[in-house]
Amino acid sequence: MSGYNLPPYARTMGMEVDHIEDGAPVIAMDFAERVQGRPGFLHGGAIGGLLEMAAHAALRAELDRQGSASRIKPVNISIEYLRGGVQERTFARGEVIRAGRRVANVRVEAWQGDRSKLVASSWMNFLLAAPKES
Amino acid sequence: MSKDEKAAGLMKTIMPEGFVFDPERGARWFTRAGHTGFLGMEYHDHGEDWIELALPWREDLVGVEETGVLASGPIISLLDNATSMSVWTRQGTFNPQVTLDLRIDYVRAATPGKTVIARAECYQVRRSMAFVRGIAHDGDMTDPVAHTAGIFMLVSSEGWSKP
Repeated sequence: MSGYNLPPYARTMGMEVDHIEDGAPVIAMDFAERVQGRPGFLHGGAIGGLLEMAAHAALRAELDRQGSASRIKPVNISIEYLRGGVQERTFARGEVIRAGRRVANVRVEAWQGDRSKLVASSWMNFLLAAPKES
Repeated sequence: MSKDEKAAGLMKTIMPEGFVFDPERGARWFTRAGHTGFLGMEYHDHGEDWIELALPWREDLVGVEETGVLASGPIISLLDNATSMSVWTRQGTFNPQVTLDLRIDYVRAATPGKTVIARAECYQVRRSMAFVRGIAHDGDMTDPVAHTAGIFMLVSSEGWSKP
């Protein structure tokens, strides 16, 4: 699972799998000019992108456990920004609430140095589609 | 002098009396560096309470390698910026604010190779909050890629940025 294949966007943004926690990858992203919004702080979109990547990775891991090769399509996301992201490494991890036949619901959180002080909290819904015939 | 007075003084220095937020110049300034500059966001158009920003397709921003579809992350960033700037466009001035929440519905996948345009509108400003909505499309406004609704908190300039 540490070999989870991050898409070009995630690699461009400097995201990587930091470690696996209870079966779900913790995705990390270092602070850099490319993720900065207002001076000194993380851009809300960069936080959103990290949350989505963690949600996707958590769901992929869960589907792998179920032996499912379903394709995952994002349906929607709702993000609460809880505090400004400072110039530190940021982490995010998703928790699959339910992975059904057609829809999956995932909760995701992002934090920095202190895990108990969340930077953002989010839910995300996905549509599951049958794997493409190869 | 209190912290707030200091901050107000600083803002006055940056934005003198009678300062008017020019959406076009403002958008060009806000997309010159940082995350927005890195993604390649551009000013597109604006009206009284709305603004459009564009994000040209780029291979390294793709979310699904096999299809070439743009990742949704850059679309969040585009909508976050466009909705944020729609507040200043409506107010005609710049006030520090932070995103409280943002919800995005991905209506369909963006067409590979096409520029995505976000059109965002600020439909109400209250004492402490600004309410925004918008869509992202890739050429046809009636066939959007994404739909968004969000709220910005209007905050003191104290500690808003750490240049």
